[in-house]
Amino acid sequence: MSVLDAARDHFVERAGAFAAVADRHDPEWLRRLRAEAAARFAEQGLPSTRLEEWRYTNLTPLAELRFELPGPEPAQVTRDAVESLSFPVFACSVFVFVDGRFRPELSSPRALSGSLRVESLAELRSKAPERLAAHLGRHADAKRHPFVALSTACLDDGACLFVPRGTSVAQPVHVVQLASGAAPDRVCHPRLLLVAEPGSHVTLIQDFVSLSGARGFTNAVAEVTVEQGAAVDLVLLQRENAESFHVSNLEVRLARDARFAAHTLTLGGGFVRNDLNGVLEDEGASLRLEGLTVAGGKQLVDNHTVVDHALPHGESRQRYKSVLGGRARGIFRGRVIVRPDAQKTHAEQSSANILLSEGAEIDAKPQLEIWADDVKCSHGATIGRLDENALFYLRSRGIGEATARDLLVQGFASEVLASLPSPALADGLAELLREQMRGAGAGEAAP
Amino acid sequence: MLELSNLHARAGGAQILKGIDLVVRAGEVHAVMGPNGSGKSTLANVLAGRPGVEVTQGRVLFDGKDLTALSPEERARAGIFLAFQYPVEIPGVANSYFLKASLNAVRKARGEPELDAMDFLALVREKAKRVEMDERFLQRAVNEGFSGGEKKRNEILQMAILEPRLAILDETDSGLDIDALRVVANGVNALRSPERALLVITHYQRLLDYIVPDFVHVLSDGRIVRSGGKQLALELEQKGYGWLAGAAPR
Repeated sequence: MSVLDAARDHFVERAGAFAAVADRHDPEWLRRLRAEAAARFAEQGLPSTRLEEWRYTNLTPLAELRFELPGPEPAQVTRDAVESLSFPVFACSVFVFVDGRFRPELSSPRALSGSLRVESLAELRSKAPERLAAHLGRHADAKRHPFVALSTACLDDGACLFVPRGTSVAQPVHVVQLASGAAPDRVCHPRLLLVAEPGSHVTLIQDFVSLSGARGFTNAVAEVTVEQGAAVDLVLLQRENAESFHVSNLEVRLARDARFAAHTLTLGGGFVRNDLNGVLEDEGASLRLEGLTVAGGKQLVDNHTVVDHALPHGESRQRYKSVLGGRARGIFRGRVIVRPDAQKTHAEQSSANILLSEGAEIDAKPQLEIWADDVKCSHGATIGRLDENALFYLRSRGIGEATARDLLVQGFASEVLASLPSPALADGLAELLREQMRGAGAGEAAP
Repeated sequence: MLELSNLHARAGGAQILKGIDLVVRAGEVHAVMGPNGSGKSTLANVLAGRPGVEVTQGRVLFDGKDLTALSPEERARAGIFLAFQYPVEIPGVANSYFLKASLNAVRKARGEPELDAMDFLALVREKAKRVEMDERFLQRAVNEGFSGGEKKRNEILQMAILEPRLAILDETDSGLDIDALRVVANGVNALRSPERALLVITHYQRLLDYIVPDFVHVLSDGRIVRSGGKQLALELEQKGYGWLAGAAPR
C-alpha cells in the first residue's frame, strides 16, 4: 500500500469514528453531508504529484504522519496567550477558534453593527438550521477537492457571518484560528462561512496562528457568497509555525455588481497550499486577488487560483508576489477562464518573485483560457534577485547590508500591503512582516 | 583627507584605472574631467565601494586609513558620499523613510543620538527647501517616477542631510537644464567648508562655472594626463579632449 493510500485510510477511519459520535446529536441533513463527503474523500484519497494540480507539491511528508482529530476536551489556552499574538489593529472584534472550535471565553465579540456578530457553526446548528443547511457545502465541492471532502466529513464547528442586506460593517472582523499544538499531532478543520447579502459590505481577517512550535495540520475551508452589489474584503493571514501543514480551499461566488478582494499573506507555515476558486456568476462583478509570500528555511508555499468569468463586464485582477530565501519553494498557478458569454471581460494576472538565495525556487505559471472574443486579458510572471544596484545605493548611504535587504523586500511587498482595505491594517501588517523578518524568516540572505 | 597612489582598478572584467595619483585635502574642490570611457565613473565607484569594482594595485587612503577594507556602508558612515550619475529607483520605499534610515545610521556611527520623527521632519524640510524640492517628493518612493532633474536634486538633498566630509559628484550635471543645474550647484556650494572636500566628476566644463574648482585633473585611458588650476577646464572646453590625446603619457 502506498504512503498516500495508507494516509487516506487513516483519515477515513478517524472521520468515521468522529461521525459516529457527532451524528448522535446532529440533524439528518448534516449527517448526510458528512457521510457523502466521507465517501468522496475515500474515493479520491490524497492527490499524488501525477495530478497536474499537485505536480509541484508532494504530499508524502504529510501522508507519512498520523494526525488525530481534537478530542472532546478543549485544549488549554489562556487569554494571555491569545492576547500576546494580537496586535493593536485587531483590537476591534475578535472571535477566537482553537483547533477549529469556537472559544467564546477567549473572544472579544464586540457587536459589529446592531446585533450582528460572528456565530459559531455549532451554535447555528440549533438556532438557524435552515440557513446553515442552505449555505454549508454549497460552493465547497467535496466531489472535486479531496481536502474539502475531508473537511466536510469531519465538519464540527466554524465561523459564520451573515451580513444583512445593506449593512456596512465599519470595523474589520477578526477571526483567529489557533492551532493548539497539543499532543498527539493534531489535524483541525477550520471552517468559514461568509454570506454578504445584497448591498452589504464587510472586511474579515482570518488569522491562522500556532500557539506552540509543535507540528500540526490545518485543513481550512471557506465559502464566501457575495450577493448583488455587496463588497467583501477577506484577509488571509498565515503565520503558523514552521512545522505546520496548512491546506486551504476558498470558494467565492460573486453575483451581479458584487466586489470581492482576497489578500493572502503567507508569512509562516512549513507546508502551505492555498486553493482559491472565484466564479463571477453574473455581470459587472469584480474580483481582486492579492498575494504575498515571504518564506525562508524549508518552507513550501503553493498558491493555486482559478478565476472563472461566466458573464459579461466582469473584471478580475490577480497579483501574487513572493520573496523566497533559504531553501524555500514557491508555486503560483493561476488560471483565468473566460466563458463564451463573458464578453467585455477584463482580466489581469501577474506573478512577481524574488529569490534571495541559490537554494530557493519558484514555479510560476499564469494561464489564460479565453472563449469569448471581445475581452482584455493579460498575464505575466517575473523572477529575479534583489536589485544589486538598489542594494549598493542604500548601502552607500550608510544603511547596513542586512537592513538594506530588508528594506528592499519590504518595498517589494508594500504594493500588496497597500492594497489592504485600510491604511491602519496595512501598517499593522507591515509591522508584523518586519517582525517576522527580524526573526528567523526570509530576511536571512545566506547565498 | 584622500590619497590615491598608483591606483589600478578593474570593472566588468576590464582594467579601467591604470595608475592614478591624487591627493585631496580638506577644504579643496577637485574636478576630474575626461572623455567617455576614460574611467571617471570607475574612479567614483571605487571610492564608494561598489561591488564588482576591484582594486588590483596601489592604495586608497582616507584619513590615512585603507579605504578598500571598508564596506560601502562603513565608508558612508566615515563621511564619504557619492552622488550617483544614475540614481536608483526603489519602489515601495518612501523617500522620507529612506532618508531617515540613512541619516540615523550615519549619526549612530558618529556617536550622535538618532533623530526622532519630529526633529527629522524639521531637518528634512529645511534641506528640501534649499534644493527647491517639493515636500511631496518626500512621501513618494525613492526616485520612482522622478524626472532626471528631480533625481539629481534628491541626491543633493541626501548630501545636504548627511553632511559628508568627502562628496563625490559623478556627472551630476548630466541631463540637467540650466535652472536645475543652478539649484544643484547652489546646494553643493552651500556645503563647501574648510572641513569638507569635493570631487566633481564631469564631462563638460559647464558645471565648473557654478562649482568653481581649486584643481582640475584630466583623465584619459585610466590615468591623469594633466592637472592644473580652473583655467585648464576652460582650455579643454576650447580645444576638446583631442588636444590632450597626443600629450597623454604612454
